[in-house]
Amino acid sequence: MRHIISILIENEAGALSRVAGLFSARGYNIESLTVAPTEDPSLSRMTILTRGSDEVLEQITKQLNKLVDVVKVVDLSEAAHVERELMLIKVRATGKDREEMKRMSDIFRGRIIDVTESTYVIELTGSSAKLDSFIAGLDAGLILETVRTGVCGIGRGDRILKV
Amino acid sequence: MLHIYDALFKQDDVKHILVRHEQAAVHAADAYSRSSQRVGVALVTSGPGVTNTVTGIATAYMDSIPMVVLTGQVPTQYIGQDAFQECDTVGITRPCVKHNFLVKDVKDLALTIKKAFHIASTGRPGPVVVDIPKDITAQMCEFEYPKTIQMRSYNPVVKGHLGQIKKAVQMLQEAKRPIIYTGGGVILSDAADKLTQLARQLNFPVTNTLMGLGGYPATDPQFVGMLGMHGTFEANNAMHYADVILAIGARFDDRVIGNPEHFGGEKRRVIHIDIDPSSISKRVKVDVPIVGNVADVIDEMLKLMDSGFKPDPEVADWWKQIDDWRGRKSLAYRQSNHIMPQFVVEKLYEVTGGDAFVTSDVGQHQMFAAQYYKFDKPRRWINSGGLGTMGVGLPYGMGVLMANPDAQVACVTGEGSIQMCIQEMSTCKQYGLPVKIINLNNGMLGMVRQWQEMFYSKRYSQSYVTSLPDFVKLAEAYGHVGMRIEKPEDVEPALRKAFTEHKDDLVFMDFIIDPGANVFPMVAAGKGLTEMILAEDI
Repeated sequence: MRHIISILIENEAGALSRVAGLFSARGYNIESLTVAPTEDPSLSRMTILTRGSDEVLEQITKQLNKLVDVVKVVDLSEAAHVERELMLIKVRATGKDREEMKRMSDIFRGRIIDVTESTYVIELTGSSAKLDSFIAGLDAGLILETVRTGVCGIGRGDRILKV
Repeated sequence: MLHIYDALFKQDDVKHILVRHEQAAVHAADAYSRSSQRVGVALVTSGPGVTNTVTGIATAYMDSIPMVVLTGQVPTQYIGQDAFQECDTVGITRPCVKHNFLVKDVKDLALTIKKAFHIASTGRPGPVVVDIPKDITAQMCEFEYPKTIQMRSYNPVVKGHLGQIKKAVQMLQEAKRPIIYTGGGVILSDAADKLTQLARQLNFPVTNTLMGLGGYPATDPQFVGMLGMHGTFEANNAMHYADVILAIGARFDDRVIGNPEHFGGEKRRVIHIDIDPSSISKRVKVDVPIVGNVADVIDEMLKLMDSGFKPDPEVADWWKQIDDWRGRKSLAYRQSNHIMPQFVVEKLYEVTGGDAFVTSDVGQHQMFAAQYYKFDKPRRWINSGGLGTMGVGLPYGMGVLMANPDAQVACVTGEGSIQMCIQEMSTCKQYGLPVKIINLNNGMLGMVRQWQEMFYSKRYSQSYVTSLPDFVKLAEAYGHVGMRIEKPEDVEPALRKAFTEHKDDLVFMDFIIDPGANVFPMVAAGKGLTEMILAEDI
């Protein structure tokens, strides 16, 4: 099962390696990890995309809670939530491909944020699945470079992760 | 570190013990904690000083021992420049500490030390490392040591959930084949007396893990012995066939329950009390989890039971079954013309009146000590259970004596383990630490040899130790008393002499034991708890 875990953690040196080290030491997998300070600069919020059985997920949340720097842990995917990922993708845009790239970007509601004679950089936001389908819809030979932020997410409505 | 040593020189409050190897410093601090209720402290220099502590820190971490390790670091402006004796202390120790700190400002130092002791000694205890760069130790600031501490990210639970505790008591009342299975958590929580009270009231059988020995009096009739890989026949059977397990401060580890699938083959209900939620339902599915401090939870249970607790009448049949299993006398061992190691431990028990602190290393001797020295009190059995660290025995003896200066301390060891920290005989001389070293010498890495004999068709690959030193001369070279004991009839007189005439000396007793002696019962790796090999089967 795919799970999105959100963590509030003290914004201190080494906090990221404590979390990453825990995952590697206990054999849990990280598919993506994003981290940045929150509106309170003393706290960082981390979002981890992981997979595992219910038992493994129970251990992951318990082990994360055990880290002294971790303030709160929540499994976002347990209830209604929204998730987004940002991708920047550089594509070859010459000849007839130039128009096609523009059209694809529009269909996926992307934005072209850098233009040269032969390339575009397209910015695309959405669920990971949407970004995957965008990549799948392009001619692989035209993709020059991709960079993705990994998933970040937030609970819907009254579900709030705060100290 | 030199600034700190200069400060130590100018005061009398802190007693410093100069060991011969940093590993021993950490083991000694660890045993200081294990044998008292206080937090042991080790102080080491940067770089190799730190890397030498890693084994000791990991040992304490696996057994949840509160400890603070202060490490020197190169000056702040040199960090990351591959300076002389620099290492990434926080990085190297991160996976084996409860928490660690790098102090970057002298104004944070007092608060950090306060936090370190708070974190080490509360919740599920563990070692904490504080890394202090040299320039920080030279700076001055106003000293303010906080009296209390609040951390938003660290608030361990103490009280158990009352609803869950009620459920547990109800389940105990319904139990027909109950067992109380307890581990190191009872000792760490200083709950031995409360456990005894609870067990007496329930009149249920009690088994202890290796780490839990002394948590319940071993001479009590309700005690069925240690369980697990080298547990007694009755303890392992009772654990396996119980319909209700009351697990307290224990974690169902692989050396305790054997093959988890085999263990899971029997239907039962499990109540698990532990301060660490991650220990619950980690290896065995738990029906009634109770997260809380063991002593507090037992208190609540006792209160609830005061209002009338009636065990199921069928428990009497269960006791009959257990007595039947006891009849197998699984700790009986064969007679020999040589000294049997079990016999040495039995005599040690007699000579010390069962009241010694016993440290051990890792291997056959460790199991013999655990099986045959009947620990009636907590904090008397000092060994590396989780990490299984050879070499801890002698420095553990030192740490015990620092916390309990007048105690009788025996280090039950083997000729393999003792050589891993043997240099500390020098420290023992300098500080007058009269550890009695009981060296069960079979010229073999005995436990390795036992596995090779039983599971590798007697191919004794690298388990035979030739070129052993003359331990008597070695002890004498360090200024201690050495004895070599080769005949069974000399065992008791030698021990008596060591503990009376040489009460204040370190005595190295080199017992030349039967080289074929093995540890039984044994649950082979991957086998189920009830699939024991008994001495009589061989």
